[in-house]
Amino acid sequence: MEDEAMFLKQYIQDIWGAIKSLATGMKRTGYYFTHHKEIITQQYPDNRDTLVLPERFKGEVVMIHDENNEHACTGCTACELACPNATIKIITKFDVDAETGKKKKAIDTFVYHLELCTMCNLCVEACPTDAIKMAQTFEHSVFDRSQLTKKLNKPGSKIRAGIE
Amino acid sequence: MWSLSNIAANIDQWLNANMSPTWALIVEMVIAGVAVIGLFAALGLVLVIMERKVSAWIQIRLGPNRVGPKGMLQSLADTLKLLVKEGMTPGGADKLLFNVAPFVAMIVAMLLLAPIAFAKDFQLWDLNIGVLYISAVSSISVISILMAGWASNNKYSLLGAMRSGAQIVSYELSAGLAVLAIVVLTGSLRISDIIQAQENGWWLFKGHIPVIIAFIIFIIAVTAETNRAPFDLAEAESELTAGFHTEYSGMKFALFFLAEYVNVFIVCAIGATLFLGGWMPFHIGNWHAFNGVMDWIPSSVWFFGKTFFLIFVIMWFRWTFPRLRIDQLLNLEWKYLLPISMFNLLLVTLIAIMGWHF
Repeated sequence: MEDEAMFLKQYIQDIWGAIKSLATGMKRTGYYFTHHKEIITQQYPDNRDTLVLPERFKGEVVMIHDENNEHACTGCTACELACPNATIKIITKFDVDAETGKKKKAIDTFVYHLELCTMCNLCVEACPTDAIKMAQTFEHSVFDRSQLTKKLNKPGSKIRAGIE
Repeated sequence: MWSLSNIAANIDQWLNANMSPTWALIVEMVIAGVAVIGLFAALGLVLVIMERKVSAWIQIRLGPNRVGPKGMLQSLADTLKLLVKEGMTPGGADKLLFNVAPFVAMIVAMLLLAPIAFAKDFQLWDLNIGVLYISAVSSISVISILMAGWASNNKYSLLGAMRSGAQIVSYELSAGLAVLAIVVLTGSLRISDIIQAQENGWWLFKGHIPVIIAFIIFIIAVTAETNRAPFDLAEAESELTAGFHTEYSGMKFALFFLAEYVNVFIVCAIGATLFLGGWMPFHIGNWHAFNGVMDWIPSSVWFFGKTFFLIFVIMWFRWTFPRLRIDQLLNLEWKYLLPISMFNLLLVTLIAIMGWHF
């Protein structure tokens, strides 16, 4: 008798729980059905001029240059080591300081293979001097694959003073 | 005043005045057949675009919005594409059964339209066992699915068809018991009697909680019977490609697709007739002014409004709930719906005998 009462209680509880959880789901979808402002679809080529991308969207790696054409890259290769699929290759050189005559390691070319990049953001997080960041450009189609291999430091740029 | 029943009566009068009664009857039958086919075509177009829009909005998408104004001609374009596509018959298939199956599905759907009252005094065939006829004929649709699955000579098709068979046979029971609740309250199987009994209030409101339970069970069971999500095991895309119609293409596929949507319309129309009063306007007791306003709305608008509301609810189910596993599906029917609907039928019978309903 006791068992049967327990069974019946459990049975009714199961039904009640099922109805409640189904109603919760229907409430959520019903909310989306009636609130069209929630729609996230972007009608891309049509709204190309007014397109607003989400904050976290990542399109490609770029190096930050200021108005004096100076960047913050020391050539430490932390990003190259952090990259899981060899997207980045850093070629370094030795600058000779004009006053002291000391040799100093500096960046020659920051090679970035966009065609290999998975936009994982690990290089940006690895960078100790915040020299690179993720840009939101995404129209990357080109006719020749070699155009996807980019040089990130601008010609004639040099490291900003005071960054070690 | 223009109404569907007036138009029908005028056509009948005109035909009988101009030709012999036999020919008048034949011409009327042809007109009815053309009207049914026309309704089918219109329903297919409207329900497909409705489903796509509802699903899009529920999933925070836009849905079709390129063909025609606001994408409303999308389903027409898709139908045209299906019409001109080649209807392949696979080499290993049973040719006769394979080609007959879609037509069986379609004919069952057509037969089911006969006893449905679309408006006041507007019904193809008001037979005295209307409800029994509906539950009997709707079971035939499983034969077309089994035919298609077997004749395709394809493991996915056969599995889908077998699942569909198990599902329809199980859920027919609780759908039948839910329908019986209304039959017990009305005391008649005739559709027009059932609608007439709801003149002073729909059964959903008059019959207390047991009728509401019967209504919920009916909606769940017909969702399963029409093989729609969350009960779409018969054509579970991720497991069985497309289930019983995997091998179908072109217009033969379109017939199955159309039959599915027309079946949704039919079960919703039956649900609206039994529980929501069919074409009967919404009346509240003695509020004569309010009832007068409600009477002013045409009966066909009431019928289609209620039916499309139920169709929307079933679409809402489809795009909210995840698919059940086959054992969960049969558990739900045999351990929950069937015992509850049997107990519920007893309660409804008690209410009917004691006259406790309004």
